Amino acid sequence: MSGKKSLGRFFTENAVVIIFLALTIAAIPPSGLSFQYIIQEMITRLGRNTFLVLALLLPIFAGMGLNFGMTLGAMSGQIGLILAINWNIGGVEGLLFAALVGTPISVLMGYICGAVLNKAKGREMVTGYILAFFINGVYQFVVLYMMGSIFPIKNPAIVLSRGYGIRNTLNLENVRQSLDDLLMLKVGGFLIPVATFLIIGLLCVFVVWFKKTKLGQDMRAVGHDMTVAEAAGVPVDRTRIIAIIISTVLASFGQIIFLQNMGNMATYNAHDQTSFFAVAAILVGGASVKKASIPNVIIGVILLHVLYVVTPRAGQNLFGSAMIGEYFRQFIGYGVIALTLVLYAWKARQGAARAREGLRGGNSATAAAGTAAADTAKGGAK
Amino acid sequence: MDKIKQFVTDFGWPRIIIFLFLLFLFIAAPFVGVRIDASISDVFNRFGQNALFVLAMVPMIQSGCGLNFGLSIGIIAGLIGSTLSVQFGLTGLMGFFGAVALAIPFAVIFGWFYGLLLNKVKGEEMTIAMYVGFAGVMFMCIMWLILPYTNSTMVWGYAGKGLRTTISVEGYYRQVLNDFWAIRIGTDFIFPTGMLLFVVFCAFLMWLFLRTKTGTAMTAVGSNPDFARASGISADRMRTVSVIISTVLGAVGIVVFQQSYGFIQLYTAPLAMPFAAVAAILIGGASVNKATMVNVLVGAFLFQGLLTMTPSVINSALKTDISEVIRIIVSNGIIIYALTRKTKVTK
Amino acid sequence: MAQQGPLLSVEHVSKEFYGNIVLHDVCFDLKAGEILGLVGENGAGKTTLMRILFGMPVIAQTGGYKGRVCIDGNEVNFSNPFDALDAGIGMVHQEFSLIPGFTTTENIVLNRESMKPTFLNEVFGDRMSVLDRPDMKKRAESAIAKLGVRLDSDMLISEMPVGHKQFTEIAREINREKTRILVLDEPTAVLTETEAEVLLVALRNLAKQGIAIIFISHRLHEVIQVADRIVVLRDGLAVKDTAVAGVSVRDIASWMVGRSIAAERLDAGEKREFGPEILSVEHLWVDMPGETVRDINFAVKKGEIFGFGGLAGQGKLGIPNGIMGLFPAGGAVKLHGKPVELDEPRKALEMGMAFVSEDRRGVGLLLDESLEWNIAFTAMQIHGQYLKPVLGKLLKIRDEAGMRKLTLEYIGILDIKCTSPSQKAKELSGGNQQKICLAKAFALKPDLLFVSEPTRGIDVGAKKLVLDTLHKYNREYGMTIVMVSSELEELRSICDRIAIVDEGRIAGILAPTADIAEFGLLMSGEKTEAVQGANRG
Repeated sequence: MSGKKSLGRFFTENAVVIIFLALTIAAIPPSGLSFQYIIQEMITRLGRNTFLVLALLLPIFAGMGLNFGMTLGAMSGQIGLILAINWNIGGVEGLLFAALVGTPISVLMGYICGAVLNKAKGREMVTGYILAFFINGVYQFVVLYMMGSIFPIKNPAIVLSRGYGIRNTLNLENVRQSLDDLLMLKVGGFLIPVATFLIIGLLCVFVVWFKKTKLGQDMRAVGHDMTVAEAAGVPVDRTRIIAIIISTVLASFGQIIFLQNMGNMATYNAHDQTSFFAVAAILVGGASVKKASIPNVIIGVILLHVLYVVTPRAGQNLFGSAMIGEYFRQFIGYGVIALTLVLYAWKARQGAARAREGLRGGNSATAAAGTAAADTAKGGAK
Repeated sequence: MDKIKQFVTDFGWPRIIIFLFLLFLFIAAPFVGVRIDASISDVFNRFGQNALFVLAMVPMIQSGCGLNFGLSIGIIAGLIGSTLSVQFGLTGLMGFFGAVALAIPFAVIFGWFYGLLLNKVKGEEMTIAMYVGFAGVMFMCIMWLILPYTNSTMVWGYAGKGLRTTISVEGYYRQVLNDFWAIRIGTDFIFPTGMLLFVVFCAFLMWLFLRTKTGTAMTAVGSNPDFARASGISADRMRTVSVIISTVLGAVGIVVFQQSYGFIQLYTAPLAMPFAAVAAILIGGASVNKATMVNVLVGAFLFQGLLTMTPSVINSALKTDISEVIRIIVSNGIIIYALTRKTKVTK
Repeated sequence: MAQQGPLLSVEHVSKEFYGNIVLHDVCFDLKAGEILGLVGENGAGKTTLMRILFGMPVIAQTGGYKGRVCIDGNEVNFSNPFDALDAGIGMVHQEFSLIPGFTTTENIVLNRESMKPTFLNEVFGDRMSVLDRPDMKKRAESAIAKLGVRLDSDMLISEMPVGHKQFTEIAREINREKTRILVLDEPTAVLTETEAEVLLVALRNLAKQGIAIIFISHRLHEVIQVADRIVVLRDGLAVKDTAVAGVSVRDIASWMVGRSIAAERLDAGEKREFGPEILSVEHLWVDMPGETVRDINFAVKKGEIFGFGGLAGQGKLGIPNGIMGLFPAGGAVKLHGKPVELDEPRKALEMGMAFVSEDRRGVGLLLDESLEWNIAFTAMQIHGQYLKPVLGKLLKIRDEAGMRKLTLEYIGILDIKCTSPSQKAKELSGGNQQKICLAKAFALKPDLLFVSEPTRGIDVGAKKLVLDTLHKYNREYGMTIVMVSSELEELRSICDRIAIVDEGRIAGILAPTADIAEFGLLMSGEKTEAVQGANRG
């Protein structure tokens, strides 16, 4: 009996994951792709994306929802990479250099983002989203107009022919997969970028450790109830800003890892979909606006990206149009974000209603069930 | 002096800067060789194209649902209407009004579901609206590919099925409103009388609606939902009505846009449209919870003026295409400004 | 406890808010290990006194206070609650200040967690220390042990019964090593009787360990049971400071409400005659947070002014809110013999009832709209008034001229001070806002009017005008009025009968002329004989 019940609970709590698992499995056969291929893609994409998705965790702990402002970090990382290429620093050193440049920029961006979100409490997500657009404008201004005119760029290969501004596509040959290749193992026919996974593992350890620190505890407190935390003397606004700064810095590292794997960078578009993919992944993995964990991240990245690999081919084979699969996977991505947000907001409202019911004292609790029942209860009590 | 200060705080620095910037652009235009008459004609035209989207923001702002980032839902309904109109081969004014008439039922149904959804997620409307809009657009992308349209002007020639990305409405209802009583002065100035009349007519209907019993109740719901409830108003119903009206306006808006622009744009085209409308009404002086007809007209005019004038003036002056960057910064900057302001509802 | 100087002494403390005296020359001492019962009606000054003790910023913002507060004989002046905590004053507020998703331990040591330093401390400061969970648990359990109750230190707050939440709050205060004075504001209000018993025992335990306690409660028998000494506040004055020994509940009740001057009736000697029964209420329950109504039965006759009194949080406010459909409610309510649909504000309004809410700014007004809107809105929505046809009667739109006329009329009748009818409601003073709320209700021309706390937060002149207006509408237009108020004097000055609500039920119905002590007893949940008589009459 209780086993059945807990099974039901398991299904409702993991509904999103289960639906996605079913969808992915269903889409594999029609895609006609070999398992060998799919698993290799999965490993590659796990290495490419996981770090970025992990960057979302801290703001969720701090109750700020999904950090759509992580795009700011991605842009900081890209500036780091541009400069690394400018000075022709290749290999892992190039990546380290990019991270070094990206860090102060992303700290500043994170601070700005955190401060703005503090002024928009209760609508952090939409504000973060628009802020990413806004900073995108600033980024374009800097990269397209300032670089090469005000900031000297010495590598002519990356400058537009008009003499200033960075080219639309950058070849990251110098740093291409330098992290992945640092320690590439071949296990049973699969290439595994061990160094990348080690870094991801290190970040996971950091996250677990961070949750045990005082700051991590404060973040949880702020995430649960800002007023109580404030009353207990926790510096709420500061804690929220720190959460966003860490998230932004991690996103900047994540974008560098992402781009070194891709091997080239669309200077003005590479960050457009960063938050979308990261958010969709963590939600597909079963996270919500208020609750997320490392397993959510890993499951999410695997499921979302396997689905992304197989759907265009499945669409091609099933409907004779690869575009259908392409649109379908985007629909799924946006849909899952919308759906989890709706489910979350809905549950939150129901929870509030239940909490109010909890205030009904004594026999009034039964009254919620129905007037008639209440009347008899009251009659009896009288 | 105090009055000026009050005005500045109410209206907000960002808006004043934008206004002064636009004024500067108009003054500078002749000096950099931009024809002012062509520019003004362009501004009027784009104003007319976009004004209904901006107007569509009003009901939801008034009823407390916030900025309608999910306007693409209405735009989709409009696209269904316009493609159906072309499919049925309706032309001229028949084509235009046919598209509108075919779009409205879809808009009402979509808006109704969309409204029910937003009622379930009070407090999170804006983020959810955005993603519901995105998901809707993506879903329709699939539909455009598989729906059985047959009109040869619309479907891909080589495959024989699936709608094209852009469909010309030449020969259907291109410019039917623009040309209605249009006034031409010289070679470059065309005043699109018909379209502007239509816009004004829609704005007048909205103005009237906000003064009816229902419109009054809707405003009260947005102003103070508890007051409205205590006066016997169902907040959920009013919110749903506002969402439906907004969606219908979005649908009509895209048809007006198409007849002036000359093309139906399908697939991912509607994704970014809501943001421009949101930015426009905020530039017009609206806040997240109060908007008037003046905000709509001023906002649409300022924003479209900016979009028209910056490329021509700045690009001629600086010989760069920096206007796109200015557009991104201005339109998103104003949205952030509005979102981070303390909501004016006093409690 | 050993005899020594007082731990806390409050010396000649006075406080006024905008010329309104709320505390006047209050003095008392508190010794270590002593439990002081602080009692008084709503508005007697208890809250203000506690705010001063706890250094709430609102006190300094409104001009500070006069007199001295001393701890160990040294004057203290806190600028914020954290100073008070540092000085050893712990406070348990009426609302829980706990994080539901945290365990008991985490809540008890919230923001005072035990920490182990890490290498990152050098760079990023103390917040990078790791929590020492075993030590946190040890500290929490020692605080619980000190309290002498059973409490699972690993349980989530959200899964606890209310009583345990209250214990967790207290444990948190005594977990601070410095805490020597504990202030408890109505700690038993949310507890069941058994839980309350356990709490009282726990408080005695704490007192034995030398902690001084200020215990605020309206349940007078609890005060007598647990306190060593009581201080009675009335209208900002400490009217009584005495040892509890030998004091009865009745004594305290009469000290609490006893006025030197008798209530002034507006209708001295008038012979009142009423029509048939207009409203009957049976077994009403209302789920209004903080004002739960459990089982209320009463009937009102046409032309009567019926009053509801009682202490805050006992449920009197829930009655009109429930009948008007603003909060989930159940039971049988009949107007003119016809059943009223609950949970449906429109139905209640359409049947001829109107409501002036106690939550003026939250429910009563559209603060951002004009006075015209505020007054005419409900009449427009319910009766379809103030609309005029346009476009050949196709459409009806607002009749702005009609609304203006109506507004001007009420501005005249109620003497509303404003610049114009199109002024925004938020710009008016509290008293004038209240008049707008009354005008809104009058514009509906109701048969039965509920007014809830009609004089809360408004000045003396406006108070009199509001009461006179209600009196006038009752006498001249025969409007039946049900009035809910925390101010007993006000009820006694205007009502024909007064029901006192206690714990969501009517404790008794009294004539306005009844002995003041009777009212006090009913408020503290004691039964009297006089009630029975009034009920029959």
